[in-house]
Amino acid sequence: MEQTTSRPAPVRDGLGVGLAVGLSGIAFGAAAVTAGLSVAQACVLSLLAFTGASQFALTGAVAAGGDLLAATLGALLLGGRNTLYGLRLADLLRVRGPRRLLAAQGVIDETTAVTMAQPDPGSARTGFVTTFASLYLTWNLTTLAGAYGTSFLGDPGVLGLDVVGPVAFLAILWPRLAEHAELRWLAAGAAAIALSTTPFLPPGVPVLLSAVAALVVMSR
Amino acid sequence: MTLWWAIAVVCAGCYALKLAGLAAPRRVLDHPRVRRFAELVPVALLAALIAVQTFTAQGGLSFDPARAAGLGAAVVALLLRAPFLVVLASAAVVTALARIFLG
Repeated sequence: MEQTTSRPAPVRDGLGVGLAVGLSGIAFGAAAVTAGLSVAQACVLSLLAFTGASQFALTGAVAAGGDLLAATLGALLLGGRNTLYGLRLADLLRVRGPRRLLAAQGVIDETTAVTMAQPDPGSARTGFVTTFASLYLTWNLTTLAGAYGTSFLGDPGVLGLDVVGPVAFLAILWPRLAEHAELRWLAAGAAAIALSTTPFLPPGVPVLLSAVAALVVMSR
Repeated sequence: MTLWWAIAVVCAGCYALKLAGLAAPRRVLDHPRVRRFAELVPVALLAALIAVQTFTAQGGLSFDPARAAGLGAAVVALLLRAPFLVVLASAAVVTALARIFLG
C-alpha cells in the first residue's frame, strides 16, 4: 500500500487528540452552567485556566454548594500535575522568554502525551504546537457552545448533565486504574476517606483530605 | 470569597503551576519522592471527586439511583473501550432515562 498521508506524524497525532478531546469542552460548558456559573465564567475558565480536571473540580464544588476556598485549593492541587509535565517538557521544547510564557499555557495532559510520544525533539515540538493550537481552539469554542446551549435549559438534570462532571473524572482516571492495582487501592481509599468525612467537614475539605491516601501509599 | 474571585485565583494559579514546571531547574524532577507524589495525588483527588459528586448532597451522604445508573453506564462504556465523548453521552442518557422511569 502507498503512503496514505503526506502530513508528518506529529501533526496527525496533534490534530487527532486536539480535536477529539477539544470537543468535550461541550461537557465542561454544560457542567459549568448546570453548577450555576454564568456563560462568561465558564468561558473565562476555559480561556485562562485551560486544564480540564481543575475546571471540572471547581464547578463540581460549586454545584455541591461547597466552600469556595476549599474548591479553589482542590482545583489548584489538581493543576499541580501540570508542573511535573512542564519539568519533563522543558528539555524537549527548549523555549525561552516570551515564547516560554505562551508555551506554558499549553502544558496539560494531552499535549504532554503527544509530545512525549514523538521520536525526536523536532517532531516533539511540532506535536506540542499542533496539539496545543487545535485543542485550545476547539475546547474554547465548544465550552461556549455547551454553556450557551445549556443556559436555555430549565433543569439540566432532566438531560442527565449533572453526571457529566464525575464521569469525565472517571474517564480521565480509567487508563491509570486499569494499569496498576496499587492505584486502584489508592482510588478506593481516597473515595472512602472523602465519603466518610463528608458529614463532618465543610464541603470541599473531604476531597483535599483524600490526598492523605497518597501519603499512605508512598510510605509503604 | 465570591465566585469570580475563585475563578481568578484558579486561572492565575493554574497558569503559574504550568510555568513553574517549564521554568524550574532540572534537578527538581530527579527527586524520586517529588515524582511519586505528583503521580499519586491526582489519582486520589479524582477518585474522591467522583465519590463526592456521585454519592453526597447538601453536606451528607445521599444515593441518587439515576446518577448511580449513569456512572454504571460509564463504567460499561469504559470497559468496552468507548471514546471519551461516547462515555460521557451514555452516562447522561442513562441518567436522564432513569429519571423518567424512576420518577
